Amino acid sequence: MSDNTLKISSSVAQEKFISEEHTRYLSQLKREKMTIRFTQLLILLLIFGLWEILAQTRIIDPFITSQPSRMIQTIENLYEQGVLFQHIGITCLETIIGFLLGTILGVLIAIALWWSNFLAKVSEPYLVVLNSLPKIALGPVFIVWIGAGPVAIIVMTLAISLIVTILEVLNGFMGIDKEKIKLVQIFGGSKSQVLTKVLLPASFPNIINALKVNVGLSWVGVIVGEFLVSKAGLGYLIVYGGQVFKLDLVMTSVVILGIAATIMYQGVIYFERFVLRKSGLI
Amino acid sequence: MKAVEVRDVGMTYQSANGEIHALENINFTVSEGEFVCIVGPSGCGKSTLLSLISGLLTPTSGNIFLQGEKITGPSRKTGYMLQKDHLFEWRTILKNILLGVEIQKALTPEIKEKAIMFLETYGLFEFRNKYPDQLSGGMRQRAALIRTLVTDPQILLLDEAFSALDYQTRLAVSDDIYAIIKKEKKTAILVTHDIAEAISMADRVLVMSHRPGTIKNIYDILLTCHDHTPMHSREAPEFRHYFHEIWKELDIHV
Repeated sequence: MSDNTLKISSSVAQEKFISEEHTRYLSQLKREKMTIRFTQLLILLLIFGLWEILAQTRIIDPFITSQPSRMIQTIENLYEQGVLFQHIGITCLETIIGFLLGTILGVLIAIALWWSNFLAKVSEPYLVVLNSLPKIALGPVFIVWIGAGPVAIIVMTLAISLIVTILEVLNGFMGIDKEKIKLVQIFGGSKSQVLTKVLLPASFPNIINALKVNVGLSWVGVIVGEFLVSKAGLGYLIVYGGQVFKLDLVMTSVVILGIAATIMYQGVIYFERFVLRKSGLI
Repeated sequence: MKAVEVRDVGMTYQSANGEIHALENINFTVSEGEFVCIVGPSGCGKSTLLSLISGLLTPTSGNIFLQGEKITGPSRKTGYMLQKDHLFEWRTILKNILLGVEIQKALTPEIKEKAIMFLETYGLFEFRNKYPDQLSGGMRQRAALIRTLVTDPQILLLDEAFSALDYQTRLAVSDDIYAIIKKEKKTAILVTHDIAEAISMADRVLVMSHRPGTIKNIYDILLTCHDHTPMHSREAPEFRHYFHEIWKELDIHV
C-alpha cells in the first residue's frame, strides 16, 4: 500500500504537469492511508485501555490477566535491577545467531545437494523424515549432549530452521527454467558459473522467502530452547513467571518478544529492499 | 571451406523405459555464409541435431566438424539462439548482452565497446540500462541475438528462435534477424516447424522424417525476386511451389 503511493507520487514528480483530478486522487489515497493507520492505532489503544480499565475496576483479575500499568512497572523493575537488557539481549543474540547459521548452512547445503545429484538422492529420505519430525522432540537430546546453555538453544534453533531452509532454497533451484541454465552452458559456462550467474540471482526471491520463514522459526527455536534449559532470556522469564504465578512478568515478556520479532522481520524486509535497490531492480 | 560438416551422425537416448532413436544416419554440409533451415515434424530430433552441432550433446555415432575441426564440446565458433530470449530479468540489457563474454572470461573494454556499437547499430542503445521487462518481444529477441553476436561466433544456430512471438512480431523479427545475420556475414542454421518461414529465409531447406530422424530431402531455394528478404521472398512466384513440395514431403497427418 505505502509502496504503491510512493511509486505513484515519484513518477508524478517527474512529470511537469499534474492534473487537478490526479491531485485529488493522490490526496484521497493519502487520506485513506491515514485512516487505516489511525484505525490500527485506535484498536491498539482500545485493547490496552480496556484491559487497564477492566483490571482497575476488578472486572477481570489482574493477578491472572496482568494489566498494562503493572507491565510498565515490571519493565521499570527489571530495568532498575539492571537485567532488562540482559534478558532481551541474550534472547536476541541467540535468535540472530541461530537465524544466520540456519540460513547460511541451509543455503550451502542446498547448493551441495544441487551440485551432486547422488548426494541429493541419498539424502532425500533423511530430509523427509527430518522435515516431518517435530524438532522440539530433540530438545532433551541436545541438552544431554551439549549441556544446558546458550549453545544448546542455538542448536535447537538450527534444528528447527535448517531443514525448511534447505528445502525452500532447493525448490527454488529446481524451479528455475532449464533453458536459462542451457544458455550458460552454450557459452561454455561451468557448473559454478551456472550457480553464480543464474541459480543464485534467480532464486533470490526464494532465499528471501526462506529468510522470512526463518525469522519466525528462529524465535520458536530460541523460546523453546529457553523453556527447556536457560537461566536468562525472555523465554526463561516467561517460564519462570508462569511457575511462580507472576503473570505480569509473563505478559511483559510476551509483549517485548512480539516487538523484537517484528523488528527482526522488518530487518529482513529492509535487507530485501536494500539488495533489490543495489541491483537496480526497484 | 565447409562451415559445418555432419557425417553419419546418429543419436540414441537411454532411458529406463528403453532406448529412443532420435537421429539416424544424418549427413549434410553447410557452406560459409549459407543460411540453412531444417524443417520436420515435431519430435523428429531437429533440436537434438542443433544441440549436437553446438557441442552440448555428443553423438552416439558419427562426427561433426566445424570449419574442419571435430567438435568436442561447446565451441566459440557457434552461437546458439533458443526459442525464448531468456534475457535475465535481474540484469540490464547491456549486462545481458555481455553475459556470453563474461562467462567466457573474455570481457575487455574493446569487447564492451563493440557490444555498445551493436546496440547502437540495431536500435537498442537507449535501452542499454533498462531491464528486459521494459522491452517489447521483438526488441528482446534482437537483444538475445546481439548477446550471441558479441561472442563473435562464425556459425549461428537458431532453435525455433521466433516461435515464441506472435505472428506479426514474428514476421518483423525474422526480417530483422535475417538482415542482421546477412550484414554480419554469418553462417546460420535455423530449426523450425514453420514451412513458410523456412522457405522465406533459407538458401537450402533440409526436410527431416519422423523419428528416428533422417534427412529425407534437401531443397535448394531459388526465388526470383530482386530483394531476398524473408518478407519479399514470400511474394516470389516459386514460393507456393516449394511450400507445396515440402508440405507433401513432411507427410503430416492429424
